[in-house]
Amino acid sequence: MQDDKQAVLSVRNLSVEVTNSSATPVLKDISFNLYPGEIFALVGESGSGKSVTSLAMMRLLPEALTITGGTVLFDGRDLFCATEEEMTAVRGNRIAMIFQEALTSLNPVKKVGAQIEETLKLHSQLDTKERRARVIELLEEVGVPHPETRIDWFPHQLSGGQQQRVMIAIALACEPDVLIADEPTTALDVTIQKQVLDLIRNLARSRKLAVLLITHDMGVVRETAQRVGVMYRGEIIEEDPCEDFFRNPQQEYSRRLINSLPDQKHFREACHPHPLLEVKGLKVHFPQRKGVLQRIHDWTKAVDDITLSIGRAETLALVGESGCGKSSTGHAILNLASITDGSITFEGQTISGMSRTAMLPLRRKIQVIFQDPYSSMNPRMTIQRVIEEGMISLKMGLTPEQRAERVIDLLQRVKLEPEHRFRYPHEFSGGQRQRIAIARALAVEPEMIICDEPTSALDVSTRAEVLNLLQELQRDLGVSYLFITHDLSIIPQLAHRVAVMKDGKIVEVGTTEAVLTEPRHSYTRELLSAVPHV
Amino acid sequence: MFAYIVRRLFYTIPILIGVNLITFFLFFVVNSPADVARAHLGEKYVTQQAIDNWVAEKGYDRPLMFNSHAPGTDKITDTIFFQKSLGLFTFDFGQADDGRDITTDVLTRMGPSLALAVPSFIIGIWVNICVALVVVMFRCTQLDKAAVALFVSLMSISGLFYIIGGQYLVATVWRLVPISGFEPGWMAWKFLVLPVVIGVVSGIGLGARWYRTLFLEAADQDFARTARAKGVSELGVLFRHVLPNAMLPILTGVVVVIPALFMGSLLMEAFFGIPGLGSYMLDAIRAQDFAIVRTMVFVGSVLYIFGLILTDISYTLADPRVRLN
Amino acid sequence: MDIDSIKPVILWTDILIWLLVISLSTFLFTLRKNPESRAQWRQVFSSRLGMVTFIVIMSYIVLALIDSLHFRKVLPPTAGQDANTVYYSNTVNSVLDVLLGEMSERKERSYSAPFSLKSFTKENMNDAEGVLYRGYPDLHHAGSHLTDKTQHKSDLLLQSLIGIAKGLIAGLLLCLPFRLASKQSELPLFTGVVTVLIVCAILGWMIHVGNLYHVLGTDRAGNDTLYDSIKGIRTGVLIGTLSTLIMMPIAIILGICSGYFKGWVDDGVQYIYITLSSIPGILLIAAAILQFQVFINLNPGFFEVGLEKADARFLGLCFILGITSWAGLCRLLRAETLKISQLPYVQAAHAFGVSHIRIIRQHILPNVMHIILITFVLDFSGLVLAEAVLSYIGVGVDSTMPSWGNMINLARSELSQEPVVWWNLLGAFFFMFTLVLAANLFSDLVSEAFNPKNRQER
Repeated sequence: MQDDKQAVLSVRNLSVEVTNSSATPVLKDISFNLYPGEIFALVGESGSGKSVTSLAMMRLLPEALTITGGTVLFDGRDLFCATEEEMTAVRGNRIAMIFQEALTSLNPVKKVGAQIEETLKLHSQLDTKERRARVIELLEEVGVPHPETRIDWFPHQLSGGQQQRVMIAIALACEPDVLIADEPTTALDVTIQKQVLDLIRNLARSRKLAVLLITHDMGVVRETAQRVGVMYRGEIIEEDPCEDFFRNPQQEYSRRLINSLPDQKHFREACHPHPLLEVKGLKVHFPQRKGVLQRIHDWTKAVDDITLSIGRAETLALVGESGCGKSSTGHAILNLASITDGSITFEGQTISGMSRTAMLPLRRKIQVIFQDPYSSMNPRMTIQRVIEEGMISLKMGLTPEQRAERVIDLLQRVKLEPEHRFRYPHEFSGGQRQRIAIARALAVEPEMIICDEPTSALDVSTRAEVLNLLQELQRDLGVSYLFITHDLSIIPQLAHRVAVMKDGKIVEVGTTEAVLTEPRHSYTRELLSAVPHV
Repeated sequence: MFAYIVRRLFYTIPILIGVNLITFFLFFVVNSPADVARAHLGEKYVTQQAIDNWVAEKGYDRPLMFNSHAPGTDKITDTIFFQKSLGLFTFDFGQADDGRDITTDVLTRMGPSLALAVPSFIIGIWVNICVALVVVMFRCTQLDKAAVALFVSLMSISGLFYIIGGQYLVATVWRLVPISGFEPGWMAWKFLVLPVVIGVVSGIGLGARWYRTLFLEAADQDFARTARAKGVSELGVLFRHVLPNAMLPILTGVVVVIPALFMGSLLMEAFFGIPGLGSYMLDAIRAQDFAIVRTMVFVGSVLYIFGLILTDISYTLADPRVRLN
Repeated sequence: MDIDSIKPVILWTDILIWLLVISLSTFLFTLRKNPESRAQWRQVFSSRLGMVTFIVIMSYIVLALIDSLHFRKVLPPTAGQDANTVYYSNTVNSVLDVLLGEMSERKERSYSAPFSLKSFTKENMNDAEGVLYRGYPDLHHAGSHLTDKTQHKSDLLLQSLIGIAKGLIAGLLLCLPFRLASKQSELPLFTGVVTVLIVCAILGWMIHVGNLYHVLGTDRAGNDTLYDSIKGIRTGVLIGTLSTLIMMPIAIILGICSGYFKGWVDDGVQYIYITLSSIPGILLIAAAILQFQVFINLNPGFFEVGLEKADARFLGLCFILGITSWAGLCRLLRAETLKISQLPYVQAAHAFGVSHIRIIRQHILPNVMHIILITFVLDFSGLVLAEAVLSYIGVGVDSTMPSWGNMINLARSELSQEPVVWWNLLGAFFFMFTLVLAANLFSDLVSEAFNPKNRQER
């Protein structure tokens, strides 16, 4: 085994507290080593202190947090004892960092070339010409196409993956010894995620780079890391080589983390019920206007001629990467967005183009659950009123007492305390709020629920609970789901059938088993291969 | 971009018509010209003849919007609305109550107004940005807190006190510069120094506090963290990353007032006896010379809309993300 | 004074300000129900600064409210008058005048310095032998209770102490119920009590000593400056609140509708506010006020007493000030509504078929309330300052109405006099600065607490 002597950087007993507060410390006695050429993954759920650890190592904590103890040994000295000037010579030069949101992490008003060059300017003696050459070289190395022209582009002109590559180029510019990657791929689509992870892995190997990878995604850990540290409430509760960790986790919490990953071996049997909802040739186009008179010169084809159907008590997963038009499809079915062409029929009734009032009776039958549990409920309404709203507006003819009774019943059904119904949304956690959202949708006894990425904002353990709840409800109540998601890993145990969407079109439909095991379309294959497996 | 500007220019037409209608309503419908004449000539002891004369002399003896007695197109054109309000569109401002031509007056008075407004504006922004930067450099220290307290106190003092106090101290007690007056040409500087300084000082509270917030907002963003992680010093982060980004919101607030600089400053010019458009307006208001007020309302609106377009253009130049559409 | 001898005078602004106070208190009371807004208010008041500034602002508002209860006194019957008809005085008094004692009726001939016993300007006088000479005459109403003029200073000290003591006693009585009600509280109650005591002490001192001397001297016309400054409070507070309040309903309705319905409604509303805001504010105000004044002067029949004329002009001023500041709020609300109507909870409401009116009332209005509140407190200080400038220009409140702007306007050349007359400016400065500073600090705290950007959750 490696020991402390070989470590490039070692963190010893790092503790961080909220400034001037006696509240529980944010970090308690964190210790770990980073070795050259090795990727060390720090895993944990949101709020476990992963990002704080990385910022504390660089002494970049916001003023609200204070380092209260510990050392960071790098290059034979304690970084916490270095002056601010010495620190700036280390940052970006010897230890570099990349962040989750590449777009906001890049300066929007500066060209990407200039941003990479700035690091070189700070830490090297190269002249202007050499620097430019080096920047092009770096862009090439991180896989940005046409580096000679892209060097003069602004960050917003690049795609999300390219932005993250530029971030990596900035980090690598001065050939650092340590790279800290804070959730580098969380904001990216799976196919891009794979490319970026591959890049980091290759760089670690070729440059003997010590990488600290911070992530919440066990799949990413499995695919990239050599060693794993599990963080829980500000402490590292377990540290193992990657293989051992997945084979035999020591801690109960680690086991929970691993087991909460959806089962991907077993597929849900397809059923063939009568279609409840049928979408034929649906098109949602947005006009692009140009010129003095604002004439329409082109159309953005968000949804371009898709056809799908969902049966009673069936789950159809609509899978695709960001911007493929899957959410627009959901909105069109809910009649919240106007459609350009095609027809949507529900129980034989055409609902596309229906007026607001004519749609009212059908609103009871099709409901929706949104992605963000924080913004999907009015912060100024009690849970009782949130759930009641649909019952009142859809005139279900219930007395206030009956409604209250029903709210209690629904809360029990989604496994929440009925006594909490007079609380406000912000008093609940993300997973609880998502369950309230489910209760709200169920309140009007719908036959179909459109689930728009309901779990992508949740931590892994909560995600599993919500998914199980959804399945349980389907079994008990016989509702159908249109499950919109980008996450292929949750599909096997969830959906009967899968439709894969790309650029507004459905490229492949079939039973879950067929699509996931024998994909016919190349895009589906690409998607599948990009999903990190555990 | 070109198409956008053309479209915006088209859009100004209905706005100017709206402005025109509002002024027309204010000046001719709320009180009839005869009422105004009565108010002008002394309310109680005035003969009907005197009123008629005054109205006829000013050309207000036409119907408001529609002249049913006139032949042909004169039905429309021989009205107060057409003659007095629409005339503004051709920059025909007519005559003031004392018979002077308003257009000439406006043009000659623009010079002194600009001589005062432009230096106050530029120095003001420069000082505010510098002060704000210094404060941001010391953020989360006692100095920052003290500075904010000072800013709030400064902005709680009425502009009138700055002027009265400044005049008293600098011109009366220290006798450094003349209290008021103006002289065309380069010698104007000695009359302008004091108002410019007072203008800048009185604006520090509000301006520097606002810029401080903008800088702090930018300094909290992800790209500033990236810059620090790159090894950029705190000063470098401030100047190379925070400042260029904070300039964007500053631009919106600043560019829009540039055309309005032509209008001058009412208070400054009045207190310091500078013969610009500001004191022109003040005199007109005090003398109730509606022809001048009407003109200045129109000119002011044109300049404001011009400022809006200028803001949009400057935004595209400063922020690569913005494309006008 | 017995009740038959007065006749209440109800001014429009009086009605409005009382209505405003009542509706604002009920609004704040309903806000208490939501734990989130309660936490936000607690954040405001848990800082000492918030407590102090709030109490200062409240004292101003209370003085303004007391000053908004007007009445006319009965004139004593004179000879040759019908015994059955009662004639009322043409001067309108307020309850505040009663509280201030005789301050309003203590006119001198011209300038006098603070606490002075003699006039500031020389006059022709006759000495005991009837020889004419120039000297400083004694004031009629300053220190007239003194038998020995050499005791001036010691009397001043003594009376000050009496005044402060009176104020403190009143303050203690005021604080007593609060102190007993909540012993345990996270709010800085001690600071609050101290502030109340200080404010009461200052008021007590002002009223007591102000009835014996001219605390802030007198102006050119011999009016007591302290009295004028105190009477200016009502104008300042009312202009700061009514202007925003009058226009607020329109701004809210248009702003929200424009952001919610989009399309042609949005185009229309945007057109209106761009047009209005393109007119230079000061000119719009000037033009409107001048025209309004012409209208008032030509229709004297509408108004029974002079004060009502001034009040009509004042109301007009509030209205037009509201119009000029209206566009800003409308634009903010439009932008925020645009944002909110894209949020999932509004989308969910659509999916439940909730009607537009209900969505606006239940989902949008409560969630833009913080903007309305922040605008209200932020505009307040700006409007108080604007009043002074407008009065200086001559398009502010009526010149007969006591206001800080009018005081500054009258005193604007006094600093260049020899010797300097400074107390009129000081009076206006002190009262205005205290109010505006308190309002600015308070609004800072409010916007910090209510700005969703600063929210700590997530």
